[in-house]
Amino acid sequence: MSIFVPNGKAQRDRMLDAIGVERFEDLLTPVPESIRLRGELDLPSPASELELQKEFKGFAARNSSADLVCFRGAGAYDHYIPAAIDNILTRSEFFTAYTPYQAEVSQGTLQSIFEYQTMISRLTGCEAANACMYDGASAVAEAALTAIRATRKKRILISGALNPRTIDVIHTYLDNGDFEINEVPFGADGLIDLEAADKLAEGGVAALVLQYPNYFGSIEDVQAAAELIHRHKGLLVVAADPVALGVLEAPGKLGADVVVGEGQPLGVAMSYGGPYVGFMAAKSAFLRKMPGRIVGRTEDRAGNTGYVLTLQTREQHIKRAKATSNICSNQALMALANVIYLTLTGETGFTEVAKQCWHKSHYLNKRLLEIDGVTDVFDAPFCREFVVNLPVSAEVTVTAMEEKGFLAGLPIPGLGEGAMMLTVTEKRTREEIDGFVEALNQHIKGAE
Amino acid sequence: MEKTIFQYSSPGRIGVALPVLDVPETAIPGQFKRKEPIGLPEVTEGQAMRHFVRLSTMNFNIEKGLYPLGSCTMKYNPRLHEFLARIEGLAAVHPLSSDSSVQGTLEIMHKLGELLCEITGFEAVTLQPAAGAQGEFAGLLLIKKWQEERGEEHRNEVLMPDSAHGTNPATSTLAGLKVVSVKSDEHGRVDVEDLRSKAGENTCAFMLTNPNTLGIFESSIEEITKIIHDVGGLNYMDGANMNAMLGIARPGDMGFDVCHLNLHKTFSSPHGGGGPGSGTVCCREILRSFLPASTVEKTEDGYILRDRVGKSIGRLLAFHGNVGVLYRAYAYIRTLGSKGLREVSEVALINANYMKARLKPYYNVPNDDGPCMHEFVASGADAAEKGVKTLDIAKRLLDYGFHAPTIYFPQIVKEALMIEPTETESLESIDAFIDAMISIAEEIEEKPHLVTDAPVNTPVLRLDEVKAVKDLCLVEPVEYEQ
Amino acid sequence: MSNIPENVRYTETHEWVRKDGDKYVIGLTDYAQHEMGEIVMAELPEVGAEATKGDAMGGLEAVKTAEDFYAPMDGEVVAVNEELEANPALINEDPFAGGWLFVIKVSDDSQFDGLLTAEEYKTHIGE
Repeated sequence: MSIFVPNGKAQRDRMLDAIGVERFEDLLTPVPESIRLRGELDLPSPASELELQKEFKGFAARNSSADLVCFRGAGAYDHYIPAAIDNILTRSEFFTAYTPYQAEVSQGTLQSIFEYQTMISRLTGCEAANACMYDGASAVAEAALTAIRATRKKRILISGALNPRTIDVIHTYLDNGDFEINEVPFGADGLIDLEAADKLAEGGVAALVLQYPNYFGSIEDVQAAAELIHRHKGLLVVAADPVALGVLEAPGKLGADVVVGEGQPLGVAMSYGGPYVGFMAAKSAFLRKMPGRIVGRTEDRAGNTGYVLTLQTREQHIKRAKATSNICSNQALMALANVIYLTLTGETGFTEVAKQCWHKSHYLNKRLLEIDGVTDVFDAPFCREFVVNLPVSAEVTVTAMEEKGFLAGLPIPGLGEGAMMLTVTEKRTREEIDGFVEALNQHIKGAE
Repeated sequence: MEKTIFQYSSPGRIGVALPVLDVPETAIPGQFKRKEPIGLPEVTEGQAMRHFVRLSTMNFNIEKGLYPLGSCTMKYNPRLHEFLARIEGLAAVHPLSSDSSVQGTLEIMHKLGELLCEITGFEAVTLQPAAGAQGEFAGLLLIKKWQEERGEEHRNEVLMPDSAHGTNPATSTLAGLKVVSVKSDEHGRVDVEDLRSKAGENTCAFMLTNPNTLGIFESSIEEITKIIHDVGGLNYMDGANMNAMLGIARPGDMGFDVCHLNLHKTFSSPHGGGGPGSGTVCCREILRSFLPASTVEKTEDGYILRDRVGKSIGRLLAFHGNVGVLYRAYAYIRTLGSKGLREVSEVALINANYMKARLKPYYNVPNDDGPCMHEFVASGADAAEKGVKTLDIAKRLLDYGFHAPTIYFPQIVKEALMIEPTETESLESIDAFIDAMISIAEEIEEKPHLVTDAPVNTPVLRLDEVKAVKDLCLVEPVEYEQ
Repeated sequence: MSNIPENVRYTETHEWVRKDGDKYVIGLTDYAQHEMGEIVMAELPEVGAEATKGDAMGGLEAVKTAEDFYAPMDGEVVAVNEELEANPALINEDPFAGGWLFVIKVSDDSQFDGLLTAEEYKTHIGE
């Protein structure tokens, strides 16, 4: 009898008796003999709790990356995670609960989602937000589909300065439908070419999708993009970095119609890529075209305030083949981490985190440019992430820096052999930044 | 009732001590700057904790009581897993780390993939899908790509029974395929003749949950999968109900070509109030070259993370899947081993059949045709003459301290109550649930208002869903504060 | 029992059709509105849209159900009930009058005679 199964032989015999069968095998009559597993599954023998702890500590020890001082972003960021977050997340009431279909016994989850929707709406400058998506990249793909439904047009423009992984996901989601995707190039300044976008938009498009700040950290002119695409009767979809929104103007205020992004920087561990959480906000005109769960405030029979899942007719369990998306399970617990993070940091703390990312990444940028042969790849202003050109191979540099205890920036081979994209979060101290610059300097000198 | 976090806010409060900026400042150009405050709450850590703990007390959860949501497999979530997934060396790893610096994680992913293939009887696996629905999407794309590669791109139909989960048709649409609904027979199984008449040269795939959404095993499964293979289609198994079959029967041995597993159902990772899950997809060798990004390979030099290989269907998420969920599933399988997993399913079946046997005198169980698997579907339709609906029965159960079963699904059963006790419930808790159901059956006869007025012992009374849609309020209005 | 007036014709998909001069007014039956529950949104066709018998012309949403409604005859949409935008529950309150959905102008009147009579619709819904 395993530690997770309380009914032993005595209970099972009594139950089989009540069912009216003699032995367990009698319950298997609907399963044809021909397909029943003969013998046992070939699995390792059971491990004790202690053995598993040891095994996992061994796995962790082979993850040397966890000990590196991180200057890499590109979609996942090494921010400080306040201790109180996990304390709440590991409360049974939150982490073992199911989707809040029975609202009367799920008010905790529902109200926290309502608060999440409020924070995302305020952060993005949009009127409404949903309860979350799988991750930032799939949220962008779903936002593109939302725009297609809202405009009834089948073509979208995507910025060439989107995270290439996001571009891949957009293709995976859209290529199987009857849709066309055109990529708008970016210029030497690192920003998308709005003139090219204007030409491509002729004939009508569902949306222009851009990233803010873009993949390379450059700050796109959201307002100009919004005016442009609205002239063509399309929507502006913005994939935004939530931490950058602590200092940058909210895309919704600049004319964006749908704003999505990756919530990992807001209190979620990097955990080798997941579980993360995508956020999605929009002007209320597009609410009914949105995917995912949405929570609304209402009243109970006594007139008390309460919360329920609402606008459910958009969803797969009701509209089936005509649903706005197939999403069912989402990343609710990570969205809860986002709410707690934004609560603990709050207005001043969150803005401070964003400012520190701005100042520290600019400090690193300046220090790197002091090294002979290091240049900026783009000249547009950046926020928290930037690309420099090293006089040596970026790939080789990464390996060398790893030996010195640093996770260097990500090589961007498309921008040159020496191109490296770096980020600095509030977690990095001046000492760490200086140490990194010094080590990089040594490496470059050694390579010459 | 708990105030919203915004109502606790007062300027200047903060809930975490941040480091002081130790580098020179660089001015943020005015044209980019946010013009107004964001509107985030300002509270201390203590205030935040009190708020979220108060909210939590309004939630039902597995530690509070039996959670018989059919098709959702609400089983106990071992606490060891939470400890393991949070070990610094596993949690603090950047997804774009070099392979050599994440050998531990890659090893877990590789081993988990092998274990899941053994459990399902398949050869290849992707751990990338974030949830069951995304697993379905990946699975259908694999099949579609396979059809295209052999010159059969005209095949645009996905057949599925009328009892299918809503995600199945929604996923088909997303994959650019057309849904063809197949009838269920009088016992709730696939109507084989109807399937035969609808399968043909346009059949791309057949999607089936087995055991099906009524908790019944599709006994003709070999004939069904052969019909599809004979017309040139492939068979997809929605693995939502895999908890019934661990060590008993494998999808790969039933003629399925691909299936997804909900690691958050069968393999005990917590549901988290709606997610994260993981929709791992296992498939036959013929589909391997189409797998999405982030497969793990074992080589002489260690483990390697492969990006899109061969004729990959692409990328489902930015990174490699809900890795934290994978750690938990791996630990679960390692704890139980083959005998332990088989025991999970055996006891899940015994518990469900026991519940069905004891509730049958009180509730109609349509489609009852011998033993059920890990769940069964009762109907609350008989209560209509007393003015009671299934929704009322569900709400009354909340008063008795239980969660409600899945209701109004599958849609082919009127006023459906889909009940899945899972193996982690004791006979005592199962009996207590049965007693509550019997007691409600008596109330329906004698005092139906107790049922229609329910719930009364919950943090709020029955909520007005019509008002929620009509007077949409999805975010806290700013003026609502203070 | 549902209200099934004799002065209109019916479809199997629960629309009623009333001849009004050279035009036809279309709405949702009392039976169907009752089955759906309170309707909270009506998505109507655009005036000028082409109607082909059997094609979905728009959708209605209640809290937990969503149903399309269909063109009962070939023709062109010449009017839609704009009041439903602000008050879709009119369909529940007054399905055969104030809750009408849209009006079409048809080229071939003979399709009207092919629609269900009140008696036939009654049988169709099992009342």
